[in-house]
Amino acid sequence: MIELGRHTKSRRDILDKVERISEVDVFACYQCGRCSGDCPSINLMDIMPNQAIRFLQLGEVEAVLSSKTIWVCASCFTCTSRCPKGIDIARVLEALRQVCLRKNIDQLDLNNIPEEERERYPTIAWVSALRKLSG
Amino acid sequence: MKSFAYYPGCTLKTTGKAFEQSAFAIAKVLDIQMREIERWNCCGTVFSLTTDDTMHHIATIRNMIRVEEMGESEVLVLCSMCYNTLKRANNYISTDPVKLAELNDFMYKEELKYSGKVKVRHLLEILRDDVGWDGLREKVTNPLEDIKVASYYGCALVRPQGAGVDNLEDPSVMEDLVRALGAKPVNWPSRLECCGSYQTLANKDLVLERTEHIVSSARESGADLIILSCPLCEFNIGTRQAEVAERSYGFKGLPVLYFTQLMGLAMGIDPDDLGITDERVLARLKEKVES
Repeated sequence: MIELGRHTKSRRDILDKVERISEVDVFACYQCGRCSGDCPSINLMDIMPNQAIRFLQLGEVEAVLSSKTIWVCASCFTCTSRCPKGIDIARVLEALRQVCLRKNIDQLDLNNIPEEERERYPTIAWVSALRKLSG
Repeated sequence: MKSFAYYPGCTLKTTGKAFEQSAFAIAKVLDIQMREIERWNCCGTVFSLTTDDTMHHIATIRNMIRVEEMGESEVLVLCSMCYNTLKRANNYISTDPVKLAELNDFMYKEELKYSGKVKVRHLLEILRDDVGWDGLREKVTNPLEDIKVASYYGCALVRPQGAGVDNLEDPSVMEDLVRALGAKPVNWPSRLECCGSYQTLANKDLVLERTEHIVSSARESGADLIILSCPLCEFNIGTRQAEVAERSYGFKGLPVLYFTQLMGLAMGIDPDDLGITDERVLARLKEKVES
């Protein structure tokens, strides 16, 4: 059971970092859920984008940092474009990924990609995946 | 003749060769000169969304110096992802004198300092704003009368605000192009949906699911084929259709072409010179010639 509402110092530090990297104020969110309603990959996420923002507001940064959600997002900017409060959600998710990646914890292990697949991937897929999913 | 610096990007030299080949073929007919930038480098493919790390924009901006070295003020881009990355980084850096100075300092070995004045333009914008649809219509020798085309924008061509070629929620540039070619644009719901992009490497199932959804949506809306402007979308919703067909019973695919390939067909250019290899498209063309 997650205990909500605890802004300990370490949590506050991570939240500060997320806000510094993204320059987005997550407290502007009023939970309308538009971002989650329009996200094309929502079915593969364990927490919805609006929930991720709510967790951050409540100081529950670990719940978001350990979620699948931040790695499923492909930065298509649908949420960002449609947020009625102008919150750049894609930037918040990028900042959360950066918090993990800057600790040198990569999310992409190239060894897991079958050899026959490697040959056919376009260069653009390699560069963008490595930039987004590794530090 | 109008001349542009041309930025190809890495994939147009490898798996997306047909895009470049067909673009050169139609540019010749339209009297557009595309001068490839010498020593261009990778744009980075994705615009860095962090605000505390200017370093990530260096590779992108270095290409702008190359454009100025050529004496050009506009750079023509074909690939949607390159376009998005180059345009956003260019806007971001050019409108912030402090960041521009910082980047120029990093690149102290360059002979030229970047002025911040280069304009990044997609071929679709040039067709719409410089050539014009009437100008294009004049070059159509083989109108694609009975062909229904689903235009796929995806993400990088339209989003976010300020980065796209057209209105971000209701773009029309590709549909207008299709009309100018004599074909019929299809109105369909998934034209702005993400194909999963680079997740193709990390999370293939996500992409197969997106592909099935997007291609089926175009098909159910009556399209004969899909056109697009991104070599990564082409791989995901084009090449990967074979894998979707293996796992989803009843899935019927659709041919996927670069918009320049469709233009070439309407201009009567040989499919070989446009890099068209899809048997379904070739068969349809043959049918048309015979009838």
